[in-house]
Amino acid sequence: MALLHADNLSKSFGSVIAADRIEVSIEEHEVIGVIGANGAGKTTFVNMVTGYLKPSSGRIFYQGRDITPLSPRDITRLGICRSFQVPQVFTSLSAFDNLMIALGVAQKGMFHLLRPLRRKELIDAADAILARYDIAEYRDQPAGLLPQGVRKLLDIAMAMVHDPNLVLLDEPTSGVSVHEKYGIMDVVMAALKELGITVLFVEHDMDIVERYAKRVLAFYEGAIISDGDPDTVLKDDQVRRFVIGEEPQATRPQTAGATHA
Amino acid sequence: MLTLIAILLDGLIFASWIFIVAVGLTLIFGVMRILNIAHGSLYAFGAYVAAWLVGQYLSAGYAPMGSFAVLLLSAIIVGVPMGFIMERGLLRFMYGRDEVIMVLVTYAVFLILEDAIMLIWGTDAYFAFEPYSLLGNTEIEALVFSNYDLAMIALALVVGALLWWGLNHTRVGKYLQVVIHDRELAQALGINVTRVFTITFMVGAVLGALGGAFTAPQISVTPGMGVEVIVLAFAVVVIGGMGSFPGAVVGAVLVGIIRAAAVHLLPQLELFIIYAVMALVLVFRPQGLFGQAEARKI
Amino acid sequence: MRGMLSKTEIGLFVALAVLLLAKLILPEWAVTLGTVALARGLVVLGLLILWRTGLISFGQALFFGTGGYTVGLLRVYGGLTDIFVLTLLAFLFAGLLAYLLGLLISRYREIFFAMLCLAFSMMLYGVLVKTEVLGSTDGFNVVGLTLFGFPIEGNTLQTVNYFWMCLLACAMSILVHRYLSSTMGHLSPAIRDNEIRVEYLGVSVQRTINVKFVIAGALAGGGGAITAIAVGHVDPDAMVYWLISGEFVFVTIFAGTGSVAAPFLGSVIFELLRTYAFEYMPLLWQLTMGTVLLIVIVFLPNGLWSLVQRGPRKG
Repeated sequence: MALLHADNLSKSFGSVIAADRIEVSIEEHEVIGVIGANGAGKTTFVNMVTGYLKPSSGRIFYQGRDITPLSPRDITRLGICRSFQVPQVFTSLSAFDNLMIALGVAQKGMFHLLRPLRRKELIDAADAILARYDIAEYRDQPAGLLPQGVRKLLDIAMAMVHDPNLVLLDEPTSGVSVHEKYGIMDVVMAALKELGITVLFVEHDMDIVERYAKRVLAFYEGAIISDGDPDTVLKDDQVRRFVIGEEPQATRPQTAGATHA
Repeated sequence: MLTLIAILLDGLIFASWIFIVAVGLTLIFGVMRILNIAHGSLYAFGAYVAAWLVGQYLSAGYAPMGSFAVLLLSAIIVGVPMGFIMERGLLRFMYGRDEVIMVLVTYAVFLILEDAIMLIWGTDAYFAFEPYSLLGNTEIEALVFSNYDLAMIALALVVGALLWWGLNHTRVGKYLQVVIHDRELAQALGINVTRVFTITFMVGAVLGALGGAFTAPQISVTPGMGVEVIVLAFAVVVIGGMGSFPGAVVGAVLVGIIRAAAVHLLPQLELFIIYAVMALVLVFRPQGLFGQAEARKI
Repeated sequence: MRGMLSKTEIGLFVALAVLLLAKLILPEWAVTLGTVALARGLVVLGLLILWRTGLISFGQALFFGTGGYTVGLLRVYGGLTDIFVLTLLAFLFAGLLAYLLGLLISRYREIFFAMLCLAFSMMLYGVLVKTEVLGSTDGFNVVGLTLFGFPIEGNTLQTVNYFWMCLLACAMSILVHRYLSSTMGHLSPAIRDNEIRVEYLGVSVQRTINVKFVIAGALAGGGGAITAIAVGHVDPDAMVYWLISGEFVFVTIFAGTGSVAAPFLGSVIFELLRTYAFEYMPLLWQLTMGTVLLIVIVFLPNGLWSLVQRGPRKG
């Protein structure tokens, strides 16, 4: 059984089609890169899988269970976590406190939310995570003042405290300088591999996709136009034209005459 | 049948009164995102100045009919300088802070002005009944309506029409609409948002004072009169949709009629029902009947 | 840490001892004043939890009044006289009401939250002033109270009520302090900062806020009950009107949210100032309040408590 299966998923906002009959299965331990131009439907897909948006039609199955109607928090509790294009952190709290809260709520048991937060085991766990993601030096700084790259890592680290089976990273390296990108991806991918987590990441940088992804999904106008190993997908004619935009005379499919201005 | 007429007319009279106050409140909120609790104080200031000036005017022996102009004048000499001072002297230093903080700031101003009223005019009541009795009554079978009350409906219509015209057919009005719709867009278009804010606040303040000035002849003007008005105006604004002009019209009429119906049919529900309607609207349409919902992107 | 007392908790016990001993030197009028001040501090303690979450209730007098009227109505119509039973029932009823309203109110934020609270408080006010059996604008007198079956009144009542209030203040502060140190307590600033992240951590923001709302409501109810007993009277204008809610908001901002002791300190200062202001400059009281509020908002965003915090650390 596939870990995640999207069955004929569509989403439209008024007349804009953000997802167009998406059909895809994700197996355990896969590392998938998602590419596509802005507005191609990548984030919409992530938002639908994690319950932030409800699809207009189609269903999403996780371990064979229909999770389409569930809320983000229920989906999180089932083991699907995500990071955000714009890091969603608690800006007035320190990096450490961000992780403490994430760890605190991820605990199990009756009334666990009413137990004191600053327990030794949680403090140790938070420090271990800060070390694993290589951001220990920022421990006590308010998250709102952290450099973009650090905030991205903190955002991802917070998504990981639930020990998810599947994690969706929405542009983990956007807004980060070229030099930092590989550093971030190395840290994140190492952490995920160590925990054996299935990963789907949205990325604009084709070099990063090629280097880290074992499978690539290419989105165009809400639909998946190519799905396969990086070599095949990145060399696909349609992908080169509509996603990577390599050919200067590129035209939109089915709409003759529209050219680059 | 008579009860129905009574409910309708009483409702419209009440609606007219609260509309004049509420439309100023909603205008300020729409443009500046400030829920101005001190609006109640402006209302009270308008009433005090009006009562005092009418007294002066009449004792000087001028034509009684001119006292209506005095009422109007009172609203302007209260609203314009007070609106200007509040906006330029205080509120502008707070821009960019949380909406909730802004409420607290205007609450502080409200507290200060409440005492200012007592310091200026003392705790005794002021009366200015002359304009009220001047117009006489209209009788509909057993019902007696004061013509002054009925004239409030006309006043509200004129205020509404003027505002509508001003919003749609003057340059400032169009700027205002752009700012209400999208503040960033307004800045990008080169609209002087600072000036728009000042003008809006002054217009809103005049409207609040106008409501008070024309209420002065109907009541005894006493300390604390702005306290109740402000919550009522809130209810109207929330029901109609905060920042919406048509919302203020519909909200006022709705509150007016419902309240009048309660007064005539179930008097013990008079106050309860207004806030119950407000709560119901918030439950089913948090943005109000005419408000725009805002979505957040991630 | 478990089972042991934190520094704050030791401090609260010391404060309790001081308050109890203070009874020996306080004049009669000051005992009642102190009771009322602490009772109102209880309401503000609840608002502190909400304010840490970024929420402000402009209708907390709804629960304050519910507590007061629980005592008044149960005394007049229910024949209940024991001050402990009456107070505890007030906590319960106000908490229950807060739970029911919270199911709805917890869906809203910012101004909408504040205004919805205001709307509900005005609904209660509207019902009270227009209903004869509920005492109308005059309210009820709360007299003929007992303690373990013995009738108490006058100074004895005031003294017992004061001690009872001191104990409640101490107990509730410790409970709230522990709550704020728990994971759920720490969710307050988290929700204020970023609700989306909280949801994606697997927590229901709405349910969390409702819990906070219930705690705040119950505390306000308890405060209302003690006030009713101390004053011997409940009426809509003194307990439910929106100006009363405004005062609670004022003390919350004035006191600051730095410690569970801040609401009580702020409330005591507030009542003292009010007493003197009414005595010497009755026309300047609200003006003073407004000015202080502006000063606090601009120069002391964390309230009076930030001065207390800063003080001892310097030395």
